[in-house]
Amino acid sequence: MKKYMLPVVVGAAMGLTATAASSATLDDVKSKGFIQCGVSQGLPGFSNPDDKGNWTGLDVDFCRSMAAAIFGDATKVKYTPLSAKERFTALQSGEVDVLPRNTTWTMSRDTALGLNFAGVNYYDGQGFMVRKELGVSSALELSGASVCTNTGTTTELNVADYFRANNMPYEIVAFEKADEVVQAYDAGRCDVYTTDASGLYAQRLKLTNPDDHMVLPEIISKEPLGPVVRQGDDQWFNIAKWVGFAQINAEELGVTSANVDEMKGSDNPAIKRLLGVEGAFGEAIGLGNDWAYNVIKSVGNYGEMFEANVGPDTPLGISRGLNALWSSGGIMYAPPIR
Amino acid sequence: MTDRDIHFVRTEFVDEADAPVTSIGFIGWMRENLFSSVWNTILTLFGVYLIYLIVPPVIEFAIINATWTGTGREDCLADHGACWAYVKAYFGQFIYGRYPDAERWRVDLVFLLGIVGLVPMLIPSIPFKRENVIFLLGLFPVAAFILLTGGNIDLNGFLLPDWWIAPSTWKFWIDFAIVGIVIAALTAVISIKAQSDPKAPVIIIGLIFAVMAVVAILADIDFGLETVETDRWGGLLVTLVVAITGIVASLPLGIVLALGRRSKMPVVRLLSIIFIEFWRGVPLITVLFMSSVVLPLFLPEGVSFDKLLRALIGVALFSAAYMAEVVRGGLQAIPKGQHEGAQALGLTYWQNMALIVLPQALKLVIPGIVNSFIALFKDTTLVLIIGLFDLLGQIQSSFTDPSWSTPFTSHTGYLFAAVIFWVFCFGMSRYSLFMERRLHTGHKR
Amino acid sequence: MAAIDAGGRGAPARSWINDPKIRGAIYQVLLVVSIVLLGWEIVTNAIINLERQNIASGFGFLKNTAGFGITQSLIEYSEEASYGRAFWVGLLNTILVAVLGIIVATILGFIVGIARLSSNWVISRIAYVYIEIIRNIPLLLQIFFWYFAVLRAVPNPRNSVEFAGSVFLNNRGLFMPRPIYETGASAIAIAFLIGIVGSFIVRRWAHKRQMETGQQFPVFWTSVGLILGLPILTFFAMGMPIGLDFPELKGFNFRGGMAVIPEFVGLLLALAIYTAAYIAEVVRAGILAVSHGQTEASYSLGLRPGPTLRLVIIPQAMRVIIPPLTNQYLNLTKNSSLAVAIAYPDLVSVFAGTVLNQTGQAVEVLAITMLVYLALSLLTSMFMNWYNARMALVER
Repeated sequence: MKKYMLPVVVGAAMGLTATAASSATLDDVKSKGFIQCGVSQGLPGFSNPDDKGNWTGLDVDFCRSMAAAIFGDATKVKYTPLSAKERFTALQSGEVDVLPRNTTWTMSRDTALGLNFAGVNYYDGQGFMVRKELGVSSALELSGASVCTNTGTTTELNVADYFRANNMPYEIVAFEKADEVVQAYDAGRCDVYTTDASGLYAQRLKLTNPDDHMVLPEIISKEPLGPVVRQGDDQWFNIAKWVGFAQINAEELGVTSANVDEMKGSDNPAIKRLLGVEGAFGEAIGLGNDWAYNVIKSVGNYGEMFEANVGPDTPLGISRGLNALWSSGGIMYAPPIR
Repeated sequence: MTDRDIHFVRTEFVDEADAPVTSIGFIGWMRENLFSSVWNTILTLFGVYLIYLIVPPVIEFAIINATWTGTGREDCLADHGACWAYVKAYFGQFIYGRYPDAERWRVDLVFLLGIVGLVPMLIPSIPFKRENVIFLLGLFPVAAFILLTGGNIDLNGFLLPDWWIAPSTWKFWIDFAIVGIVIAALTAVISIKAQSDPKAPVIIIGLIFAVMAVVAILADIDFGLETVETDRWGGLLVTLVVAITGIVASLPLGIVLALGRRSKMPVVRLLSIIFIEFWRGVPLITVLFMSSVVLPLFLPEGVSFDKLLRALIGVALFSAAYMAEVVRGGLQAIPKGQHEGAQALGLTYWQNMALIVLPQALKLVIPGIVNSFIALFKDTTLVLIIGLFDLLGQIQSSFTDPSWSTPFTSHTGYLFAAVIFWVFCFGMSRYSLFMERRLHTGHKR
Repeated sequence: MAAIDAGGRGAPARSWINDPKIRGAIYQVLLVVSIVLLGWEIVTNAIINLERQNIASGFGFLKNTAGFGITQSLIEYSEEASYGRAFWVGLLNTILVAVLGIIVATILGFIVGIARLSSNWVISRIAYVYIEIIRNIPLLLQIFFWYFAVLRAVPNPRNSVEFAGSVFLNNRGLFMPRPIYETGASAIAIAFLIGIVGSFIVRRWAHKRQMETGQQFPVFWTSVGLILGLPILTFFAMGMPIGLDFPELKGFNFRGGMAVIPEFVGLLLALAIYTAAYIAEVVRAGILAVSHGQTEASYSLGLRPGPTLRLVIIPQAMRVIIPPLTNQYLNLTKNSSLAVAIAYPDLVSVFAGTVLNQTGQAVEVLAITMLVYLALSLLTSMFMNWYNARMALVER
């Protein structure tokens, strides 16, 4: 059993270890000079690498926002692609500092896994995608269908609940990886592909003929997706929370990456507080007072991120819906900075 | 009637007639080998039918109907055959994964160094084997590590508590020196106690630590190479890294375990047996799950491993158990007289093993080692299940690229993967056969 | 000797540290201590980590409601069942695919192995190419091929391939009529058992008679008649108590009948074909290990090639074949865990996959999974050792 020691010692000596101090993630991040960010293994619109290995997406923009808030430089991020199965372990063990990986906020995850959800960056719900040729127009017509989905997600449980509640027989085919689900659905193994609605739009792009498939109108669950941090480090938790809130507030106040410099001279006290002209809100979370300015300057407000990654003008073509501001019919609502 | 009239004695030989057409040449060969009986004829026809069923469609798909050039799915949709244009477009990713374009020369250099070291090693008639081994097992891994990761790692120290000396390169060297001195002192005390000369073992330990120090210095130096995280590695690179590290790490472990299993000390033997049988009894995939999900829980708070390194640990432990059985086979083949001869010469256990038994045993099991390498090479594909992108994983993830998705993309990708794996594995198995034959002659009378 | 001559010390005073027994004891104690320390370190780390992260521990989760569905189950299972139940479903699915895989692989492997030695050039070449291609391509790749590539070639349920109006093949699986047992059906099972026992008795009697009188008795055909004929006779005598439930296309898919899911077919095919290539090599090596003199001696006794193979070669070859064959069976069982890649609900996929993800109790779940495979391995090798010992007795 001494044999264990060898890799441990070698690994430690070779410096392939990441040190994570559970108490002061911020100091740790500052000293290493970048944020280690856990993302998905490839979900267009949320976190997806191109063939050069550059990551883009809504979740990726969250990481960049945090880097901008801490370092004033949105590029100081390193990404760790994680499967659904290993994502929580990776965060718990300190392999990543923050986990914006289209993760659904549920009570058990928030309470039993030693994690904290730092707000919601996308309100999602589980939906169904079918082939148009089936002629199905509602999820209630899916009795007896074969359903493809991912294991290790809440979707597998939701779909079981939904079919049972509506007394419909079904056959579930659950794969370990999203790519395999897409491949099996595309090969005709299943009638239905179910996952978060945003995921359906994203994965539809990967099908041989995306136009032959449609997403059904029913949303069968609440899936608030948000970034996750470790429990027990309130400062880090606050930074993650307030970076998100600042971007929502910025959209509400009409501050964009284009006009943020002008807005610094605004008379609106809310904007002044947001951009650090008035008050010392940044210091309270261990950052500079221009933290939110940096976020908006280099990444943008929430609306800008949404439009750039998943909005109607992107291949995903998702409308704001629930994710519009509370003032324009959605439920995106952030506590004020004051 | 006299006898003379009808008596006829042939005085010269008749010229040898050619064998009947039906028993020589192609026809004869066919009669002999294909149509010698009714049953044989049926078998032949059945075989030919099987070939007809399988071979023409494959050739049609892979060559005749294939699309060789193109820039997107439209080019491939026209012909109902393999879409080689897609393989061409993705070739870089299949070999290097997401390794940055500008840094790919580093991977190429590692491949080149590996080939330069390996080829003369594999050809038995080339001399300088000792230097070659030092290069392959000493210089090459260090060079490969620095080239692939970019080197310039942070040495933080590992022994003294952090509040005492702040983690830094200095702390590492202080810790390193403490460990080295303590081990050397212990060795000296034990050898003096055992009434033997402490000089030799202390020098050996000093040398080992000196080599480790050189490696650490090299890894610490900033060569100006950009750091490339392991999650950007992929494709054939990851396949080779996992397979080669696995086999190299498992060889010493396997030898120790095999010796342990044949040890006279009951505790050592029992533990070795438990270790070997445990890893041999569980599927690799559960080992990989364990290393990716459970291993972080076993480490002290704040320590975590790189994902690739975790998989490597799992693979190394797993293949060490198989390696141990291969080596044990070799150990058992060494006649008892060799042990007794060594003992009669006054050699200690370790001298006996290192100088007499292992050199003979390992030579015997070279084919076995190559075979377990083939098995490991094929098993590396399993790392795709825990989310590392080896060759197969990289190919599979490319199927979902909408700009190349056609009904034939996956067939093409799988065919490409199959050909690559086949070439590697078949080549190695031929080599193993060659070595087997070569080694065999040594024992023939 | 040299040392004594040079040192001239005579018998050197021996330090206790040089006594091999004491040394061995010290080494063993050191080893045990370091292992205990390492184990202690791991356990305490794990406990601290689990506590810090607030992860539940213990095996209580096995009683919780699973809440997810499983495609294929040999026992009663629904979403309301417990995680423990899901474990049994997964385990039985693993055993099912392993047992069927072993049977198919053995049959195919023996055919290919004998074909490899065939005097027919075409047949032996085909066997050779088969072995060399299959053995040198990773199993996972073959599983993907059989699942994804072949799945695409099979039509959807509305255009199913149909055999005799009752068996349907489509990309949801293979649908067959399912027998419905009515009263009296158990008599058929009993008749079947009687048939098997009867043929055993006939075999022993025929063997004895051959030993005494030298006369042969057509045991094979009698057995076939007993094992198949008796149940068929009973079937008609009882008034045909077995009906058939035919699959029917309803909505999206076929309902009723018996369904074999494509994941199962893909996995079974890949496992059987892959392992058969290894078994073929084992069989070939085994047959070649029997010296040619045995064949010649058998021919000179007047035995024809068939009986020579059956009575002389195979029994001797079996002794060489069985140990490596055991290994292949174990490999197949362990390789069935690759099911997780194509969503066949085996133990790893259901338990170490879904259950682990839903409960987050990785340590317990993986420990159970590994122990199960360990137990399966040990059981198989125990059985094979027993069989091996029985075969070895043939030797005089």
